[in-house]
Amino acid sequence: MDKGFTPRITALLCQWCSYTGADLAGTSRLQYPTSIIAMKVMCSSRVDPVLLLKAYLSGSGGVLLAGCHPGDCHYEVGNYHTRRRFAILKAIFDTLGLESARLKLSWISASEGPKFAQVANEYTDEIKKMGENPSKKKMFL
Amino acid sequence: MSSINLDMSAPDGIIALLKYLLSSGKVSAVLVPRRNPDTGAYDIGLIADEAGLDSAAPVDPVMLANTGQILSSLTPAKRSLAVVLKPCELRAFVERVKREQGSLENVLTISYTCGGVFPLEKVIEESFADVIPNYLKRVASGEIVDGTRDTCRACEHFVPMNADVTISIAADAGSIAGCRIYLNTDRARELVGGLEGKQSDDEIDPAVTLKLAAKRKVEKEKLFNSLAPTGDGLDGVIEVFGKCVGCHGCGRVCPICYCLLCDFESRSFDYDLPYFEKELSGKGALRLPPDTIFFHLGRMTHMSFSCVGCGLCSDVCPVGIPVASMFKKVGEHTAALFDYVAGRDVEEKLPVMVYKEEEFSELG
Repeated sequence: MDKGFTPRITALLCQWCSYTGADLAGTSRLQYPTSIIAMKVMCSSRVDPVLLLKAYLSGSGGVLLAGCHPGDCHYEVGNYHTRRRFAILKAIFDTLGLESARLKLSWISASEGPKFAQVANEYTDEIKKMGENPSKKKMFL
Repeated sequence: MSSINLDMSAPDGIIALLKYLLSSGKVSAVLVPRRNPDTGAYDIGLIADEAGLDSAAPVDPVMLANTGQILSSLTPAKRSLAVVLKPCELRAFVERVKREQGSLENVLTISYTCGGVFPLEKVIEESFADVIPNYLKRVASGEIVDGTRDTCRACEHFVPMNADVTISIAADAGSIAGCRIYLNTDRARELVGGLEGKQSDDEIDPAVTLKLAAKRKVEKEKLFNSLAPTGDGLDGVIEVFGKCVGCHGCGRVCPICYCLLCDFESRSFDYDLPYFEKELSGKGALRLPPDTIFFHLGRMTHMSFSCVGCGLCSDVCPVGIPVASMFKKVGEHTAALFDYVAGRDVEEKLPVMVYKEEEFSELG
């Protein structure tokens, strides 16, 4: 077993698609890393970008926001708004030279258990390569 | 007819225009910056009587508060109101109107090509009044005046967008002895058309304003490049915002931040002992007050695309953080995502209120 650095990834999952997708990954006995700390939200658009920011500044290795595929939102258009807000947050990170790769947006439907496991695995690997979030140890943050 | 020329300096011309509007009953009140001749203190006067205009200082390089913010409490106006405001203040007001925090109904907006304003610490100096004649001369000759706010020197939007009336000042050598009043809208022609003066079909010469805009653009690049962080990541952000004392003054003076119950001042971010214990166990030491950098970055996610770069936030910062420059820099990037320009058009929807089905496919 890999005893190396295991990141903690804050995952905010919309209850209609992505959380159900994660559930399906579990009931299908698909393996995905324990690094994913899943939280259920009513809709990805319920997540104010400041919550993603808070997770980042609190030392989360990665912050994953997942919702229904564009066009399939349970509330019809919620995830279109999510996408714009996420683009804004990412642009802020890029402008300030922060690691925007620590923020991830993903569309995972309720039937995509395998996709959830794949995203969880790949994203965990990516964050492992990046190493620990520098904000975790900053005393003057 | 689209312009009226008066044989007096631009500031005097604006006062003459306001007097005309009040005396003819075209408007019931005017909102204009004033200077108290006894104390030298500036304010923004709401004036209904012509005599009150004697202390008006319509184009003095001072911004005490963003007039766009003040206008919110005066609109929707029941009776017509004339307002003298800087181009960025007008843009800020338009952004507020989009947020349903004001209305352009019954408001005659009078703006001018702006040379920028001085930081408040300069404005309160006793000798400040002596600075103004030289300032006006340099502005008229198309220069960027030293000592004005960082974001003013770097401002490319000094030609008012959508003002009913525009007065030509910046890069207009004629503005020292003459006042050119451009009437841009039907409302302006209806209310101001009767003002006595030489009428003509002039337009503001775009070649002249573009030249100044190009200079400002160079200044802007310089400013943005001088700002840490330039790709230094979290350390750079801590270097810039780490001095923050958490007073939230920048948010209070911001014309865009209108929320009465700001998220960052709500109980959501009031922490208790267990939170601090948890944080402490990871880091060994904590900076208090908490969430200062979080506040700035969070505010950027909420409003940066609407930032008009007025510079008030930098002015009120007690520890000298270049808040306005940072927000302007970030705001240009966030607004560019949507080809958005704050205050350009009141009909243009806020980028977070609308969406396109096909966009940002690279994100998820």
